[in-house]
Order: sequence, then C-alpha cells, then structure tokens
Amino acid sequence: MIDWVMVLLTLIKLILILGVVLTMAAYLVLAERKILARMQLRYGPNRVGPFGLLQPLADVIKLLTKEDFVPTGADKWLFMLAPGLAAVTAILSFAVVPFAPALTIFGREVPMVVCDLNVGVLYFLGLSSLAVYGVALGGWASNSKYSLLGGIRGLAQLISYELSMGLSIVPVVLHARSFSLTEIVHAQETVPFLITNPIAFFIFMVSVAAESRRVPFDLPEAENEIVAGFHTEYSGMRFGLFFVGEYINMIILGSVTTVFFLGGWHGPLLPPIVWFMLKVLAVAFFFIWMRGTLPRLRYDQLMHFGWKFLIPLALVNVLVTGAVLLALR
Amino acid sequence: MPLLRDLKGTVQPFWVTLRNMFRKPVTIQYPEEKRQPPPRYRARIILTRDPDGGERCVACYLCSAACPVDCISMQSAEQPNGRRYATWFRINFARCIYCGLCAEACPTWAIQMSPDYEFSKYASIDMVYEKEDLLVDHGGKDSEYNYYRHAGIGVVNPRGGNEDEYGPVDIKTNMP
Repeated sequence: MIDWVMVLLTLIKLILILGVVLTMAAYLVLAERKILARMQLRYGPNRVGPFGLLQPLADVIKLLTKEDFVPTGADKWLFMLAPGLAAVTAILSFAVVPFAPALTIFGREVPMVVCDLNVGVLYFLGLSSLAVYGVALGGWASNSKYSLLGGIRGLAQLISYELSMGLSIVPVVLHARSFSLTEIVHAQETVPFLITNPIAFFIFMVSVAAESRRVPFDLPEAENEIVAGFHTEYSGMRFGLFFVGEYINMIILGSVTTVFFLGGWHGPLLPPIVWFMLKVLAVAFFFIWMRGTLPRLRYDQLMHFGWKFLIPLALVNVLVTGAVLLALR
Repeated sequence: MPLLRDLKGTVQPFWVTLRNMFRKPVTIQYPEEKRQPPPRYRARIILTRDPDGGERCVACYLCSAACPVDCISMQSAEQPNGRRYATWFRINFARCIYCGLCAEACPTWAIQMSPDYEFSKYASIDMVYEKEDLLVDHGGKDSEYNYYRHAGIGVVNPRGGNEDEYGPVDIKTNMP
C-alpha cells in the first residue's frame, strides 16, 4: 500500500530542494565574482540589473545560445556524458542532507530530508567518489593534451583527498554512533563537533577544498598551466554544466560540513532552517575567501601534503578519538 | 622555524584580503565617471589654426614621412599669395598608433595630439578623418604661435618685414 500523501510530500521536497539549490548555485557564482572583486578593490558585475543581480540569468542565456561543439577525434558519447555526470553526482548528494528538524504536517511527522538513509555518510562519500568520473571522462574524451593532463591531475588529486576526507569523518561517526546524517546532527545538539574535534574539522575542510577542485587546489583546471584543464574543449551549456556542478558541489560540501561539524540546524533564537542556510553560506564564503587569498599549490606539494601529512594526521586522529571515547565510556 | 613561517604565510593573507574587502574599490566606472587625462595625453590628432584664423599646416609632408604606420596622407598646393596649404589631408585613425611622432615632426605646430580618448566607431571606414574633421578653431597647446609671422618669408609680409627679421643685406656693401 503506497502512502500517496508521503509520495506527494517527497515530490514537493524534491522540487523545493532542486529549485533552491540551483538558484543558490547561480547566485553563488555572482556572489563569488562580487566578493573576489571586492577583495581585489574592484566592483565586480554591476551592469545587468540592479547591483548586477540579473547577471546569472544573462550568463545562462549566453551559455544556452552558444555553439555546442564536439572536437574532432573526441569520444562523442563520453564527451557529452561527462558534464552531466559532474552536475548529477553533485545534485544527488543533497538527498541525504537534513536541513531542518522533522515537521508535523497533517498529523504526520515529515522529516526535512529527502531520504534519511541509515548509511548517509557512505552514500555521500560514494557520490563524491563518482564525481571524479565527470573530470576524468571529460578530460579523456576531449582528445586534447591539456584536457587529458587536467583529467589525470583531477583523478589523482580527488582519489588522494578522498582518503583523508573519509578518515576525518570517522571520528564524527564514532562520536555520533551513527552513519545517518540526521543522527549526526542530533548528536550535536549541545556542542558541535567543531569544538570537540577541531583537528578532524581542519582535515575535513582542507580535503573538501581539494575535493571541490577550487583554488588553492584547482590543479585539474589550472588556467595558467594547462589552459582550462579538463574542460578546455567544452563550450556552451556543457561547459555550463561543469560550472554549475562545481558550485552545486560547493553548496553540498558546505551543507555536509555544516552537518558533520557545525551542528546542522541547531542554533539559538533563529529558526532552524535559517541557521542551516547561514552556516552553509558561511562555509561557501570561506571557500570564496580562500580563493581570493591563497595561490595554487604545485602538484608535488599537493600530493606531499595529502599523503604525507593529512592522511597520517587523520589516522592518528581516528585512533586518539577512539581511545578517548572508549576511556570516557 | 620554517613551519611557523609557513603557518604565518598561510594565515596572514586571509586578514589582508578581508581588510581589502571593506575598502573602496579603485575602479572608475567609465561611462558614468570619466577620467581627466593629463594635458599631454596622446589621443585624437587635430590640425590647429593660427591666432588670426589661418591654417597652420604648410603641407610639408614631414608628419607623413615621420609616421611609422603611414596613416597620414595629403596633397600640397599653393595659394595665390604664396602661402602653402594642403588641398586634402587625411588621417586613417584605424591605423594610427598614437605615437606622437607626427606632432614632433611638425615645424609649424599645426598637427597636435589632443586628449580626446573617447574615440571608437562601429565601422573602420568611419575612422578615416578628412581635413575638415581634423581642423579645429583654436591654436592647441600654443595658441599665440604664428608660423608665418616668423618664417613665412615673403608670403604674409614682404622680405624683412617680420618681427624678428632683419632686412636683406646689400652684399656689395661688404666689398673692400
């Protein structure tokens, strides 16, 4: 027997989340351009509409009307598939992110999450691993040296930083005693994990920055070395999908950082959803701020930092947290 | 301590960028705000006139010869009173590199650089300026200078009639 009201509510949630995430991604692009500009003593886009607020719309129109070009010798199907993969894996991650406590509508308890998986953490990690395919296939299928180099870099970088990211979430799971993101948020009702385990937070933030392929870890696209890396050959909306995927990814990573370390929707005075949004935006601002501040790492420095510093540190952190939790029990 | 130095080098820039975020941008928002270029700015070329309204240009071709991109062309002619002028004078601004060598070469201060930098067209043919487009009704940077008062020998005034000129010498008076 299908509970039709539940199905309808889930559909409404899906549409709402998709709308909010896509709008946020579009305006995050504008926000990034504005904030970066301000950090460099410029104004940023301010011509299209008041304060440049219609700039994302103009960009979308521009991208949609551009020529959709597939280079000679490219693997056509993979070339066309890759940007979709990049965007879809980013959007799918949002299914397990709880953004508010459960609401009671029509006498039912409706969880404010699309799907409260009991292995939500693993689902998120799995999808962020799949996101590598967007970069790798895009880079390989373009049949261009720069794209291939970018793709290879992306592959190696994302796989390396996946490890330290996974390991930095282990202490969180140990604390919360659950793989469910909702349970993890509930476990932070009094104290967020940022305070109980700052080292895990540090490792997670660095890995997440590397995972989102943004400065200072933007080696897969490194403009001044390999043109635009894996999306060198892309144009029009296919490039747009890579771009949107990157910004949706930023929102997703901001949300999971909020869920894992910043206490999710918990906060005084303001309603839970507002707290959640504020925390996500704060993390997004931090990423933009980082982009405006730090120079790109060299490739060997990146690998060195990941394998020789972050992963050992994360392992030690897992051991210490486990020991402390065992002793406190 | 390289580690401490590295940490400082990573954290300190964050403060710098945050501080810059609250400073006023240095951008001049062009169509609304315009810069006043310095007086000797090299932009659109003009042909200036004497204080008494005559054209300064004597069509000597020096500017045309000095031009490294060959964007200046003209045809010289002589008025009945002996004053030289250009029947037509053309500058192709689509070619001009605004180097100012023509203005330096000009012996009569006729051709000058002006600071008018708002100078763009939709069609490159519109960048070709004829004499009537180039001529202005002032003397440019030196409005008092009048070439023919100093060197227009036998044209504006009779020989020896100009301000700082001696009359012709009878060479026979030099005989011993």
